[in-house]
Amino acid sequence: MIRLFKVKEKQKELAENANGGSPIRKQTAGELRLHKDISELNLPKSCSISFPNGKDDLMNFEVSIRPDEGYYLGGTFLFSFQVSPTYPHEAPKVKCKTKVYHPNIDLEGNVCLNILREDWKPVLNINTVIYGLYHLFTEPNYEDPLNHDAAAVLRDNPKMFESNVRRAMYGGYVGQTYFQRCM
Amino acid sequence: MADTAPPSKSRDLDKLLLRPGNLVGPTFDPGVQLRDDLQEYARVLVVGAGGLGCELLKDLALSGFKNLEVIDMDRIEVTNLNRQFLFRLEDVGKPKAEVAAKRVMERISGVNIVPHFCRIEDKDIGFYNDFNIIALGLDSIEARSYINAVACSFLEYDSDDNPREETMKPMVDGGTEGFKGHARVIVPGVTPCFECTIWLFPPQVKFPLCTLAETPRNAAHCIEYAHLIKWDEAHSGKAFDPDNPDHMKWVYDEAVKRAELFGIPGVTYSLTQGVVKNIIPAIASTNAIISAACTLETLKIASGCSKTLSNYLTYNGVEGLHTKVTEFVKDKDCLVCGPGVLIELDTTVTLKKFINMLEEHPKLLMTKASITYHGKNLYMQAPPVLEEMTRSNLELPLYDLMDKIPKDVLHATGTIEKDNKKSSGLRKLRVVFKGVDGVIDMDMAGGA
Repeated sequence: MIRLFKVKEKQKELAENANGGSPIRKQTAGELRLHKDISELNLPKSCSISFPNGKDDLMNFEVSIRPDEGYYLGGTFLFSFQVSPTYPHEAPKVKCKTKVYHPNIDLEGNVCLNILREDWKPVLNINTVIYGLYHLFTEPNYEDPLNHDAAAVLRDNPKMFESNVRRAMYGGYVGQTYFQRCM
Repeated sequence: MADTAPPSKSRDLDKLLLRPGNLVGPTFDPGVQLRDDLQEYARVLVVGAGGLGCELLKDLALSGFKNLEVIDMDRIEVTNLNRQFLFRLEDVGKPKAEVAAKRVMERISGVNIVPHFCRIEDKDIGFYNDFNIIALGLDSIEARSYINAVACSFLEYDSDDNPREETMKPMVDGGTEGFKGHARVIVPGVTPCFECTIWLFPPQVKFPLCTLAETPRNAAHCIEYAHLIKWDEAHSGKAFDPDNPDHMKWVYDEAVKRAELFGIPGVTYSLTQGVVKNIIPAIASTNAIISAACTLETLKIASGCSKTLSNYLTYNGVEGLHTKVTEFVKDKDCLVCGPGVLIELDTTVTLKKFINMLEEHPKLLMTKASITYHGKNLYMQAPPVLEEMTRSNLELPLYDLMDKIPKDVLHATGTIEKDNKKSSGLRKLRVVFKGVDGVIDMDMAGGA
């Protein structure tokens, strides 16, 4: 190897741009994998995606979900996605930007979805995460609650849960908390 | 008093460099010239000036390397002093790279170390190309991934898909965690790179948010509740800073309250730091062992005095001492270090035509391809909003979209059909434009 080093020293004194175009900014393997996931997105009509930072920043985007059945029919819920450079070894960070009355989403926007934390595997992708989020609205469950009040109501009095959800979506109070209209 | 001259400073090194042997590398040329060349021409970069970095600087300087540089973005903290031996109490607060360089130069004559107090991403890619070997003393997957991508970006392949030796940038990567550690040799194009084997990492431990919120069972749950949930509730908007002792104390106090509520024992301040920052207490001897292995490999690579480690050494000192060397193999489809598929084009070929060409290329057979180049999405097949934003690029020549560079790498993702089965694939493409580097090709028939 030392011979190569000596040769390189001499080469350095000659042309700097011999191989034409040293890369200015390399894409991480994570960004490439994300590019693949995004280019293969197959979203249902109820979900749409937007890129607030333009077409070249795929690491930060927003997904809007409008459930077409269930308790949350008619509402529109916005989620922010933040993908780290170590994707897909780390799950994307997802927060709900719309304040919602939901047993699995707390008032700060934290989402309790298993595939976002303990069940994340690199073989999953953005499509599966979005489907998982959609599923939360069509099948909310009281067994993994982040909002234990909402979970208790869903479990004990589904009719009241339904009316609480509608009141929150139209804009109004549920208990002490005020929810903005999201329909 | 004995009448003999004091032993030469390079007595031990001479035993390796001045005489032939049975385990030497293929180009080994023993002699004083080799030892002097090592001092004059070999340039090594040490990434990180912490536990491994301090040991690496000392070891490399004492092993005959005289041109060293070190890069680290951190300042010295009190908790570093049990093992980062180049630092003293009065150095707390100063940049690690600068103090480390100064101390080693004070103790070892003839060595020159240039410190860089900045993040590795802040350096131009050309900076890394100046070094012959890069020694890594890093503490995260992200940082290793970055340096690996930079080093592998210098690798070039010839038209037979063979890596060109003069473009290989060897790296020696060390890592430690308590009583365990690893040392590996990465020669891009020959051994697996960091990305080739990244799938071997086990998943990080993540607790379900609802367990944290409703049914904590152990001290770590209480700490993570305070860290991930309670913090945002109480400080909405303000980001949690794990290096801020007030923030850490707040999390600790909340975790204690939570633990008391659920009757869970074991929440201590040091466990809080461990869980929040993923810290495992560091041991000086593990760092010394791993850095010694790394330095030896650096010396072997530079001088050829022995066969290098091939290619991954693990060390475990929990009970007794266990080490093992495993020979991992390169992933030929690796996006970072692999050759990809070579494609030669005219400068007039449009992006649209290029995408169609991929369908018929024998090594690709890729339909509905989306193309990305250096972080710029040239064309996206989906989702509809991105397809619209990139549609206008289809009519432009690919040569223009690639900033008129004669050859470079881009990536394509699409549907690949093989044995009548369709699957999605992501491929690295080496694009070379014909007739750019001088001779103009008169026969520009344009192809199909």
